[in-house]
This record gives sequence, C-alpha cells and structure tokens, in this order.
Amino acid sequence: MHPQPRLLALGDAAFTVEFGPQLTPDTQARVLGLAAGLAELQAAGALPGVIEWVPTFRSVTVHFDPDRCPPRHLAARLQALAGEGRQATGSGREWTIPVCFEGEFAPDLEAVASARGLSREAVVAQLTATEFTVCMLGFLPGFPYLGGLPASLEMPRLATPRPRVPAGSVAIAGRMGAIYPWDSPGGWRLVGRSPVSLFDATRAARPALFAPGDRVRWQAVGPDALAAP
Amino acid sequence: MSARLAIRAPGLGVSIQDGGRHGHRHIGVPLSGALDPIFLAAANGLLGNPADSAGLEVLLAGPVLEALDAPVRIALAGAMGARHLGSAGTRRAMPAWSTLTLQPGEQLQVGSPRGVGYIAIEGGLLTPPLLGSRSTYARAGLIHLATTLPCQTARGHGSERQNLALSHEDGPIRVIPGPQDEHFSAAALERFYTEAFQLTRQRDRMGLRLAGPRLEHSRLGADIVSDGVTPGAIQVPADGQPILLLADCQTVGGYPKIATVIRADLPRLAHLQAGDEVRFRAVDADEAAAARAALARRLSDWLAGARPAAAGGEPDTATLLAANLAGAAVRGDDPHLWPDSTRPGT
Repeated sequence: MHPQPRLLALGDAAFTVEFGPQLTPDTQARVLGLAAGLAELQAAGALPGVIEWVPTFRSVTVHFDPDRCPPRHLAARLQALAGEGRQATGSGREWTIPVCFEGEFAPDLEAVASARGLSREAVVAQLTATEFTVCMLGFLPGFPYLGGLPASLEMPRLATPRPRVPAGSVAIAGRMGAIYPWDSPGGWRLVGRSPVSLFDATRAARPALFAPGDRVRWQAVGPDALAAP
Repeated sequence: MSARLAIRAPGLGVSIQDGGRHGHRHIGVPLSGALDPIFLAAANGLLGNPADSAGLEVLLAGPVLEALDAPVRIALAGAMGARHLGSAGTRRAMPAWSTLTLQPGEQLQVGSPRGVGYIAIEGGLLTPPLLGSRSTYARAGLIHLATTLPCQTARGHGSERQNLALSHEDGPIRVIPGPQDEHFSAAALERFYTEAFQLTRQRDRMGLRLAGPRLEHSRLGADIVSDGVTPGAIQVPADGQPILLLADCQTVGGYPKIATVIRADLPRLAHLQAGDEVRFRAVDADEAAAARAALARRLSDWLAGARPAAAGGEPDTATLLAANLAGAAVRGDDPHLWPDSTRPGT
C-alpha cells in the first residue's frame, strides 16, 4: 500500500502534493502520473486559474491564481487526483549525450577515481554504462537532475563550491549526475564536458532538451567534439 | 509610430521587468517579473498602460535615458525622482509619481530609489519577449538591457499626470506556515513568530538574507529532498538564519521552508533595506484573500486619485525634496550587493 499523498500549502498561491519523503522509483512514477493527469485536465480546459506545475523528485508543486481558483476547492481536487495513484513514465525519450572525459574537461575525475579506489578508465567505463533517468529540471533553466548513478561512484559535493563552473560541464554528486546548461557557481564533481545545448529560449516549443522521465546515456568522445561547430 | 529610448548611462541594478515569465518553471526557468508589481502598475497607470506592461526596475541607481526619433512619455513610481535636461540646456526636477514627455534629444537622469523604483514608458517597452515575457533574468542571459529600447511615440502633448506617493501597509509580514514547519523545533517556531529579524546587506533579485535569533531545526534536520519553491518562501539552512526568496529565485530548493509570505505582502519585501527590522505573523488562506483584496483596492483608489500635473512653473521645495536626487549617497559600488552576473549590460 502507498501512503496517502500529503497536500502542503506553499503560501497562498501554490500547493505542493508530496508523495513521500524520498526519491524512489515509485514516488517518481506517481509524480509523473499526477503531472500527466494535470496536463490532460488543462488541455480539456478543466483547470481554470491553475498557471503551471513543477514535478520534482517526490512531489508536484502547483502554482495557481487564488483570485480565480479558490484554494479550498483546488486542494480538494488535487487530493482526489493524487489519491488515484496514477503512475506514468514520462515521454520515455532516450538520449545519447557525447561527453569528453579527458584532461582539463574532467578536473575532478582523478579525485573521484582515487577516492573510490578505481582507475580513471574504470570510472569512465561505469559512467558510460549507466542509464540515467531525468528526475527533474531545476536549479537553472534546463538543468537536469539525473538519477541512477551507481553507489560505487557516490561522492559528496565539494566542501567549497566553485565560483564558476563552465557551461557544458558534466558532473556527479551523491547518487546523481547532471550537466550544467550555463556558466554558474556549483559544488558538484566535474568529470567531463559536453557540447550539447540543453536549453535554448528561442526554441519556443521545447526550450529544454530533456523532460522528466527521459533516459540519458553518456558516450565518451574526444576533445575534438567540443570544438565550436 | 515608433520611437526609441537610448540608455546613456546604465545605472546600477536596472533591468526590464513586466508581470513575469509564467508557465516555464517546470523546466527550471524562474518566474522573474517586477519585485513590486503594485508600483509597476502605478507607473503604468499614470500613462494609461496595462498594469504589467514592461518597464525599467531600478534597485540601486537609475539610468540616464534619452528619447530618440520622437517624443517618449515616461512615468516614475517609487521614492525616486529624476532631472530633466532640456534641449535648450534647461534643467528641471521631475518628481516621483509623475509623468513627463521627453522630446527627441532630451535626457532624463533618474536618481536612486529608496527601496525599488519603476520607470514606465507610454505603451510599454516594446523589446522582443522571450518565453512570453520581456523580463530580464540575468543568470541565464534572458533579455539583456540593450542600449536602445523600442517604444511607442507619446500621444498628444501637455497632458502630464501626477499623484501623491503610494505607500504599502506596515506591520508584520504575513505568512502561511510551512510547507516544512515540522523541520523546526517548537522553540524555533515560537521565535520566528515573536522576535524581530534584521535584513543583512545581502539583497538581490533572487532573495534577501535575514539575521536574527537562530532557528534550530527539529530532528528532521536542515536538508530536505529538493522540492518546489516560489517567491516569498522562507528557507532556513543549517545556520538557522532565514533566506527570503524573491522573483528571480530558483524553481526548486533543498532547505526546509518555515513559512511562505502571502502574495499581498510580496511587494513590501522589495523595499526592505539593510538593517530594517522584519517581523512575521501567521495567517490563513481567508486572511490572505482579504489582504489581496485590500491591496487591489489601495491601488485602484490611488489610480483614481491621479490628476493633471500643474503646467509650467518651477517645482517647489517639497517637490524637489521628494525627487530624491541624492544618487551619490547610495553605495552602488558595493560588491556584496551585486554579483557581476546581475549587473546590467554584462
């Protein structure tokens, strides 16, 4: 049996529907199930006043206009919808992302290898054998949290984050992988660099490359692949 | 007919803002939009614009603007005045909460706001929108402040308007408890709702850091599996000092949120200055709805009070004082306030 989802107020214009305290395959499937249910209702014009919703690891945050959509009424509907226990897997798209794991593009690879008692080659072999799942997008536009990193590569975040991580950096922390779409500060371990553009605001139909539920593999390429096209 | 507004000096903490970039938070794009949408609506209202037409938001020091090609009508809202440099070398103060038409070649030097100020342009800024909004989001390079901004030619002439200052309510900032109030000890919750916090110097469009009594976490701890956040959410990391999120905040966060500011009080947060005292009071959804209605009434009453500006003549001392032209008094160069990524034009 699944525990009943919890409905939490996030101010007076958002609710968070929480399926559990942790990320598990089951909570992820229920998060994507609720998101799919909301998308169907909105497409049918049956969610007046609901502006948008954000699927996360274990919950869905629904942002609404409280003057168009009475909060009590929406709360009851969300609870009923979440209680149906629908599960979904997202689009199921599969991506192979080129990553250069060499030299200056992988500044933390050596530290990861020595901390885990592995060779650099063995770390790269494990990374490229992993099938990641996009759990959510956040932190920065298009930034994917990729679940599925093997426990053998688990590493804490850096004690002191770097002030600038270059766009395209491929990183790991905890049991997650990620790719930085933008230059930004960051505390994850940088193990490679990818030339793929994860976000383009002028791609109006789909600005972010990934969506939750997508499957991602990293494929090792040489530094030539990073040269500007 | 179109005109352009040239930015001759960028000021500091100046960005283009409208009602925000709704509908893209699921892909990590922050909401953005005016920190004080009521003041933006006031500036737009003086010009007959829709409330959320795109204008310029000023956090630290106003820009120097020049009309190109055709006359451009401008309105100011907030505790922020300006100096009008006429083509014949005339200099006149433009008070806050008024409109003025810049003829081609004329310049407007906008001062420094106390809190946040807005410059609205008749017809709104006509810069190309991105993902449904003209708002700047500097961290991902969405909408840089260009050196010339397209806008509409001023209609008619001599119909400037002015109004008294619009003020926000005072008293404690109203919040809805949670969503992670169970991550705090009973003593911490008591302190949060009874003691005062001070705004630190760390303030930008993403958030404000407060200092005050340490808010200890319960045995559930200071980390959560990241979930959705929104402007107004009050995160408390392990150091026990609250972070108040604002319009450019990330879409998800990993710190427990002790409470979330109601929508009606979000505009007030924009005006907090370092050292200001902040207190919090818990309300329910009904009180939040009443507060939204009261705020909407406050704005509509104010808009109804706008009147034609007195024609000609020199402004009196009170008007000049209200214009707050003391731009040099603001420490706009303080690196703690503005990381490079949020400086306009970089």
